[in-house]
Amino acid sequence: MTIAVDARSAGQPSPALRAKRRRQRLTVLAFLTPWLLGVAIFFIYPLIDTVYLSFTRYDLLSPPKWIGLTNYRFMFTKDPQVVQAAYNTLWLVVILVTARVLFGLAVATLVTRLKSGLGLFRTVFYLPALVPPVAGVLAFVFLFNPATGPVNQILGALGLPQPLWFNDPSLSKPSLVMLGLWGVGDLMIIFLASLLDVPKEQYEAAALDGVNPWQRFRYVTLPNISPVLMFAAITGVIAALQYFTEAVVAASVASGQATTGGGNAALLGYPEGSTLTYAQWLYVMGFKNYYLGYASALAVVMFAVSLGVTLILLRRARSLVYGAEGTR
Amino acid sequence: MSAITATTQMSAPNRDIDTRGNRRAKRRKRLSFIADHSVGIAVAIMFLAPFVFIVFQSFMTSEQALTGDLWPQSWHPSNYVDVFTKAPMLLYLRNTLLYATLATLFMLLSSIPAAYALSRLQWKGRNIAFVVVLMMMMLPPQVTQVPIYVMWTRLHLTGTLWPMILPNLLGDAFSIFLLRQFFLTIPQEYADAARVDGCSEWQVMTKVILPMAKPGIAATAMFMFFFCWNDFYGPTLYTSENPDSWTISLGLASFRNLYQVQWNLTMAATILAMLPVLIVFFLAQKVFVEGITLTGVKG
Repeated sequence: MTIAVDARSAGQPSPALRAKRRRQRLTVLAFLTPWLLGVAIFFIYPLIDTVYLSFTRYDLLSPPKWIGLTNYRFMFTKDPQVVQAAYNTLWLVVILVTARVLFGLAVATLVTRLKSGLGLFRTVFYLPALVPPVAGVLAFVFLFNPATGPVNQILGALGLPQPLWFNDPSLSKPSLVMLGLWGVGDLMIIFLASLLDVPKEQYEAAALDGVNPWQRFRYVTLPNISPVLMFAAITGVIAALQYFTEAVVAASVASGQATTGGGNAALLGYPEGSTLTYAQWLYVMGFKNYYLGYASALAVVMFAVSLGVTLILLRRARSLVYGAEGTR
Repeated sequence: MSAITATTQMSAPNRDIDTRGNRRAKRRKRLSFIADHSVGIAVAIMFLAPFVFIVFQSFMTSEQALTGDLWPQSWHPSNYVDVFTKAPMLLYLRNTLLYATLATLFMLLSSIPAAYALSRLQWKGRNIAFVVVLMMMMLPPQVTQVPIYVMWTRLHLTGTLWPMILPNLLGDAFSIFLLRQFFLTIPQEYADAARVDGCSEWQVMTKVILPMAKPGIAATAMFMFFFCWNDFYGPTLYTSENPDSWTISLGLASFRNLYQVQWNLTMAATILAMLPVLIVFFLAQKVFVEGITLTGVKG
């Protein structure tokens, strides 16, 4: 990275001016030095080294041994658990992110319509987003526990079926989605600020044109809030790709086995691997089993996917915004 | 309903005349008020119910915790004391405070100057540097985890909290981003005036900009502190083999199976882990909400 002060004037600068510029350059450098070291040590170097290690066999004891594409071949053809982990993670990327964005938008819209007590409602809807993830998972595994949990007690009292929730392979991920929806407050705050920023005149003009509520949303609200929606989608996808804490803790607590991160292979992603995520598999392979070369290959693929998704969403965002403007 | 509101405002000159249409509009407005608030209250109850249920559970006797009862027959605040005797909660608390406090202090030391250079100083490459900040912010930590883990192993620091604390001395991308956004809201004129008065750039930052950016710095520090308090991935990665270094997140995740099988004490421990965050939030709500809004203003 080059650090230089804008060279505005052409030709030979006077010695005094040159000294001043050098001083300015040194000032900038002084402010930035810690961060530049951080970029080198915690970003550029490990990124390059990860790519290199992904072509090696490495267990921390002996030096890395070059094995070409073996790790990648194993990942794509011989590792059934990475398939399951990738499936679960993509499921969460699609369902969890979509559900959270839609629900967050719905709650924010609701708040804009509440004429009295807006501040109180906003606080109540935001509160669960503050709950530490581990505490939130514990609370939900308790609430949804099949035998004595309040949810099933209430369902039973109403004569409704009482599912196994976190203990049922087909319901464990939807249960995690419900936990994600409870903590939708962070998105709600961002959406609310954006909704309140939509110019009133645009709504008034739309009302004069006699549009219906859907048209008003589609042609007035949506174009105004789409940058914020896109921000929420991109950060949501990135977060879902590294989904770890909630899945690990839910599996461990629901199975009744203390496993900080998944020591017991049989219980990985309990029940039946339905909550095993890609980030957890990378953690287990790399830092429990010390297949560091293989973990690096998993990391490279994760990098490629997160980069790809971000670029695609950004491109879609542009067409969404321009498309809406074109129809106006 | 804003369409209806708008039309009523349009017909403002005729408002005094009590026409039938006007009355109908008023009634519809009142009905929509009631409908909106009913939905609002219903959703609010759903958001609050989990808190209520776990609080009830945390006060039950161990016998009652085995039943499906929702309401405690008798109240046992002593459960909250038992949590500390069953598990080394004070050790976890100490470790968590050490991690969160040092990480936040180190982050401020390194990230404030970087954010200042990225927002208030003019230099070639500034935009590229900002893109690098955004990339580092978006990068999943798992992507670069292997070489960084190997590095901390070589330094014999795995098993401790230092691998999560020390990197903050070299800047934290999210904090730099957030601080930059705050610094950009401060008018340039104040800094220029100080420069004319002969202040060095360091003095401009510490004497002029930082006092004005106090709410922003407070919000950034709070986010960092809460991130550490809540962090599970980092402590799991580096300290899961060494229970002496466990934080509250790790202790809590293992609480039900290592120390206790019953839900009443587990829920008491869960509430204890939530409480500090919720208290700080209520004390500093305004700063907090402003901070969150700012993260979403510019993606």
